[in-house]
Amino acid sequence: MSTEKKILICLGTSGIAAGGKAVLANFETHLAQAGKADEYRLVSVGDRGLFRDVLVDVIDGLGRTTYEHVRPEDVEDIVQTHIVGGELYAPRAAGADYHEFFASQTRIVLANCGEINPECIDEYCAAGGYAALQAAIFEPAHMLTDTVKASGLRGRGGGGFPTGVKWQFTADAPGEQKYIICNADEGDPGAFMDRAILEGDPHAVVEGMILAGLAVGATEGYIYCRAEYPLAIARLEVAIAQATERGMLGESILNTPKSFTLKIKAGAGAFVCGEETALIASIEGKRGNPVSKPPFPAQSGLWGCPTLINNVETFANVPPIVRNGAEWFAQYGTENSKGTKVFALAGKVKNTGLVEVPMGMTIRHLVDGPGGGMLVKRLPLKGVQLGGPSGGCLPASLLDTPVDYESITQTGAIMGSGGMVVMDTQSCMVDIARFFVEFTVAESCGKCTPCRVGLKRMLEILEDICSGQGTPAHLDFLSEMGETIKSMSLCGLGQTAPNPVLTTMKYYPEEYAAHVEDRECPAHVCAELVDFVVDDDKCIRCGACSRACPAEAVHWQKGQLAKIDSDRCIQCKACISACKFDAIR
Amino acid sequence: MSIDITKVESILAASGRGKGVLIPILQAVQNEFGYVPREAVDCVAETLDVFPVDIYGILTFYSQFYLEPRGRYTIRVCQGTACHVMGSKEVLDHFSRQLGIEDGGTTEDGVFSLERVACLGCCGMAPVVAVGEEFYGAVDMTKADELIATWRAKAEESE
Ligand SMILES: Cc1cc2nc3c(=O)[nH]c(=O)nc-3n(C[C@H](O)[C@H](O)[C@H](O)COP(=O)(O)O)c2cc1C
Ligand code: FES
Repeated sequence: MSTEKKILICLGTSGIAAGGKAVLANFETHLAQAGKADEYRLVSVGDRGLFRDVLVDVIDGLGRTTYEHVRPEDVEDIVQTHIVGGELYAPRAAGADYHEFFASQTRIVLANCGEINPECIDEYCAAGGYAALQAAIFEPAHMLTDTVKASGLRGRGGGGFPTGVKWQFTADAPGEQKYIICNADEGDPGAFMDRAILEGDPHAVVEGMILAGLAVGATEGYIYCRAEYPLAIARLEVAIAQATERGMLGESILNTPKSFTLKIKAGAGAFVCGEETALIASIEGKRGNPVSKPPFPAQSGLWGCPTLINNVETFANVPPIVRNGAEWFAQYGTENSKGTKVFALAGKVKNTGLVEVPMGMTIRHLVDGPGGGMLVKRLPLKGVQLGGPSGGCLPASLLDTPVDYESITQTGAIMGSGGMVVMDTQSCMVDIARFFVEFTVAESCGKCTPCRVGLKRMLEILEDICSGQGTPAHLDFLSEMGETIKSMSLCGLGQTAPNPVLTTMKYYPEEYAAHVEDRECPAHVCAELVDFVVDDDKCIRCGACSRACPAEAVHWQKGQLAKIDSDRCIQCKACISACKFDAIR
Repeated sequence: MSIDITKVESILAASGRGKGVLIPILQAVQNEFGYVPREAVDCVAETLDVFPVDIYGILTFYSQFYLEPRGRYTIRVCQGTACHVMGSKEVLDHFSRQLGIEDGGTTEDGVFSLERVACLGCCGMAPVVAVGEEFYGAVDMTKADELIATWRAKAEESE
């Protein structure tokens, strides 16, 4: 163990958004003033996946101390009390739920995120990085593919296709020129693990891609990254430059005759470009319209050449597998789903963030363990949305479903990229279904009719239902249309887009019935179905609604019941969000 | 409005002519002007020997490209799943009401454009709003009003 004293500051997108750069600058100033600048090394690290504003870890004689919610003005106190005084600065010390959040995780792909400086190749190497490449480059290429196959790794981009098998197909495909593509388009609006990996440990993805290149005989690779992730792109550029300088990338890797070059392509904002054939079209400079498969990219992909395309998290799993062996990896997970999976836990739980656990753990464990339980104790869990716009909503009764590819598919949802949004009784499931269909309608490329027209029709009906115009016949139409779109669409977008509707109809029939039969939204979300009146029995006369109202439509005086002036009310629902007692219907 | 076409020419001169160059060129044009002007499309089409219609096909497909000038600051209101569950729809509606523009629109004074985006990648801070390059978490209607005031003042200051 090194005894080096360090201060780690989380500076990913979240950390920077919370003011992390000012915190870093203040540490520089105050350490220098205290004469400690030479003693402590300041390290900028990526986000750790738990949102606590700015996180700072001090590693020294006191062991490892984590401070959360650190504001620039706290830095002087931390330096004085901790660094100079040698005592814990209690006001910002991370609480028990911070430690619980990490205690129940197994971090393989996120191991370096928040631990090392992502812009420093030496730190990656010190953590075992590029060891896999140094060993594998002198071995026959098929051994790499065999290892990945034996590990049981499956694609983390959503489909769950066995990664080793895909590598084998690409290796076996005839062709001089082959390509490797990393899918970093992360389209599921509620998943951000790929961003955290790219920002926190970009070298792992680069190394994974080089290994894939060696395995299938490709000498060129592309990373297709969402344009919304400028920091990820910047850090990838640094990683590529550093790896090239060290001879890990480029011509004659590690002085062998093998070569591999990497380029970054910034996406231009289209969800469908996460679909592999659309992504390839986009790299080729065209509209990102998917094409039907076969031929699969492994046979004919980028510019007609055999192309291996894997997700960010998939590639990031490869170096640890090659380094530690297939058996080591296969000890985690279940029979058919090996290893760990990163979930983006969001919504109404206490701790929201990235959670990496072995496959096979139950959803309940995720919510209650790392998630720390529900955000508002009074409001019970109503459902968990898995897999984003292609996935589905599972009710509380299915919380013991283990997270592995097969078990989740059986429920009608999908593992997808690992988005997991927890909802309480303040969410309306019909509204959630409408929300996802609105998303897929906007993102459909428009090439095939079932997806373009069918989804639009489904959206219109869901809008009718949410605004009180729905009829029971609409529900039959929704299921019929949903099944048609699933079976008739060209690509995965359309084939999965009805899932959010079909699963909510299956698990929450009473909520749909309330909308179409009683013209009521039990969760008070659908504005047209809310009366905007105060329930005098529930109102505790606190005035929160009146303060929140931007239209001055809520009359309230100290000690009095609130009353809503319907002429002034603009139905913005600010009062409903503000009321903690469900007193507005 | 006429633009400085030499800027487009130098982007074209700096870029290769190989496979897949069109989108990066258009991205560079947009970075230069903040949108992709008509004159620039014509110039790119002529130089690369493609039909303007093919370029428009690409520009209208990807949501990142704009055919009209944008406001000084773009307010992006996240409408991803996590933000939706935390009430971002109401926040977007509020911005829209206060600024008097729809999603995609620009205020008459040219200060703000309003846009919905799907996940800004920091769902832990939901609902998230980005103004220019700055991110703000846990935005409600009160905070939205503050943001408008702060950034409007900033615009006036630098006038
Ligand atoms: C509409 C649609 C969107 C997709 N979006 C993504 C994405 O954002 N990221 C990703 O890795 N895979 C996405 N995929 C899956 C890819 O097509 C492809 O299966 C994946 O990149 C393969 O990598 P893997 O085997 O490592 O998972 C999407 C698929 C569809 C149909
Ligand atoms: S859903 Fe808003 S930041 Fe992810």
